[in-house]
Amino acid sequence: MTGMGSYLPLFVVLPLAAGFLCLLLKGVAPRAAPWLSVVSMLGLLALAGSAVGGGGTEVAFAGGWGPRAFGDGAFVAGIALVLDGLSRLFLLLVALVGTAAAIYALRYLAPEPGRPLYHLLFNLLVAGMNGALLAGDLFNLYVFVEVASLASYGLVAYRPGGTEVEAAFKYLVLGTVASTGILLGIATLYAATGMLNMADLAAAIAAGAVPRPALAFAAGLFVLGFATKTAAMPFHAWLPDAHPSAPAPISAMLSGLLIKTLGIYALVRVFFLVVGVDERMRLLLTLLGCLSMWGGVLLAQAQDDLKRILAFHSVSQMGYVLVALGIDSWLGVAAALFHAVNHGLFKSALFLSAGSLERLSGTRRLSEMGGIFQRAPATAVGLVGSCLSIAGVPPFNGFWSKLLILIALVSAGQYLVALLAAGAALMTLVTFVKVQRKAVFGPLPARLAAARELPATMYLPVLALVVLCLLSGLLWPVGVDGVVGAAASAVRAPGEGGSAVEQYVEAVHGSRTP
Amino acid sequence: MREDGDGLSVIVQVVTRWILVLIVVYGLAVASFGHLTPGGGFAGGVVIACGFVLATLAFGGRSGPARAFHRRVAQLEAAGALAFLGVAALGWTLGHFMQAWMPRGSGLTLASAPFLVLLNLAILLKVGAGLFAGFMVLVLFDRLTDAPREGEGGA
Repeated sequence: MTGMGSYLPLFVVLPLAAGFLCLLLKGVAPRAAPWLSVVSMLGLLALAGSAVGGGGTEVAFAGGWGPRAFGDGAFVAGIALVLDGLSRLFLLLVALVGTAAAIYALRYLAPEPGRPLYHLLFNLLVAGMNGALLAGDLFNLYVFVEVASLASYGLVAYRPGGTEVEAAFKYLVLGTVASTGILLGIATLYAATGMLNMADLAAAIAAGAVPRPALAFAAGLFVLGFATKTAAMPFHAWLPDAHPSAPAPISAMLSGLLIKTLGIYALVRVFFLVVGVDERMRLLLTLLGCLSMWGGVLLAQAQDDLKRILAFHSVSQMGYVLVALGIDSWLGVAAALFHAVNHGLFKSALFLSAGSLERLSGTRRLSEMGGIFQRAPATAVGLVGSCLSIAGVPPFNGFWSKLLILIALVSAGQYLVALLAAGAALMTLVTFVKVQRKAVFGPLPARLAAARELPATMYLPVLALVVLCLLSGLLWPVGVDGVVGAAASAVRAPGEGGSAVEQYVEAVHGSRTP
Repeated sequence: MREDGDGLSVIVQVVTRWILVLIVVYGLAVASFGHLTPGGGFAGGVVIACGFVLATLAFGGRSGPARAFHRRVAQLEAAGALAFLGVAALGWTLGHFMQAWMPRGSGLTLASAPFLVLLNLAILLKVGAGLFAGFMVLVLFDRLTDAPREGEGGA
């Protein structure tokens, strides 16, 4: 059940070290920074791969400060890093998308100055996300969420133009409100129990140690905080400005990873494991989800800027995940996590493709693009593949996860929500047919006659992500039953009852250190 | 700060030269004894950063002791972070990240927890350089926003 996980801090140490090395080598070897990012991401990919190979729950205590006997139980006073099925799934996603973004940035950023700073912030972003995925206590979850958020504010303002700085400031203000809400929620739980470790808190809350009003107050603050980080519909205002303003690899990291690790993952971790999910919470998730699904897709219709269309679709796709999380079944949770991972793969491919198209045609306006397929077939194939994935066309992963969400909704008797989800999926299909037709096919504008295929480091990462989209769709018995299934089982036991929480507590408390 | 960094009067410069040494030593002491007395790496770093802010004000940004510091401030900060990570990572040799790998000395002396002293000094470097960098950025912003008004009023 449990194993020694003393290597777990490496997930945070590796990107941190790479990031600060980029800064240290600024004067000595300025060209080393992009390669340091690639090396650190490849290292994380290997680590995540080996972590996914293992099973059970692995725990690491900083400095060896493990659980201490207290009363008739035990409690954890030190810093715990916990690797369970849910963390494994998202760590693998961070490593995959991060590697693609790091390789893409090699040539994409080449003419721009200030690269060591970019790579420092990129690595801090990865370190913060990995730390949040492994944090075993609420306060460290908050700290790592802030590390990743602060890095992302800086990266959104990386190109110092007026709109970029405005978008970053808006993102900073709303992100800080969200973080403060999360911190206040943690403070409420800490005041009520004197504990921060998630396993301890889960056991204490399950035993009724927290008064109902305090728990409801904390839950409300967590919803505010994590829904803002997810960009669920009433809390989404920062995303359509912030995500398109960042450089393409960072847009891919923000839309593909950040809203999932700081939003969906943290929401699932805190609510399903610690606070508990009741009927009202499920209703709230369903409402937020329906609003995001339709609001995002409708607002996207009016846009002409390719990256803004993609950003609004991130809001919409997160709506599917929230709707699926609102279903009271293991299948619902599994479908939600599967769709979150699929969205991470195809949305990062889409944002990288959008960056390539911007580089090729010098514009982000769909109405001024066209015929890219004739000049840059590899880039075009990448865009078409990722469009097919997000639109939910059968062999691709987007189809399977949307189908799974619909099955879960129908089997839970939520026919109206299922109808809404199917309708939003149709609207998504319409948008991306339009995107493909305008950007990739059609007549080639005269000013693009001299356009050339981009370097291989810019189209290969996209094509690799598209292949992953295809594989995770085709190999879904392995993908869903294996990694995604283990992730869902880590927070909700298949069948009835909430023994997933008990297993988590057992795993953390049982892993005593000598 | 006056025009282009020629600094403040000679009196201030002489006094600053004397107390800058004391400030740096005081900052190092606050950080080194952080495990025994109130203070630590953060407080010590703030003290040292204030010392270099004072030096920058007194001597101007282009000369004096602040010059060498602010040209390498990013590297110093990165070195502080890497030193902390390195000291913490050496704990893996005993089994856990952040485990104290240095022998424990006798109580209530500087050497009673050499591991903590090293971590505090790493934080001193990080915080000292980071705060000073923040100060320099604020100066830079101030100059940028003041730039259009330079023509109308006499400086």
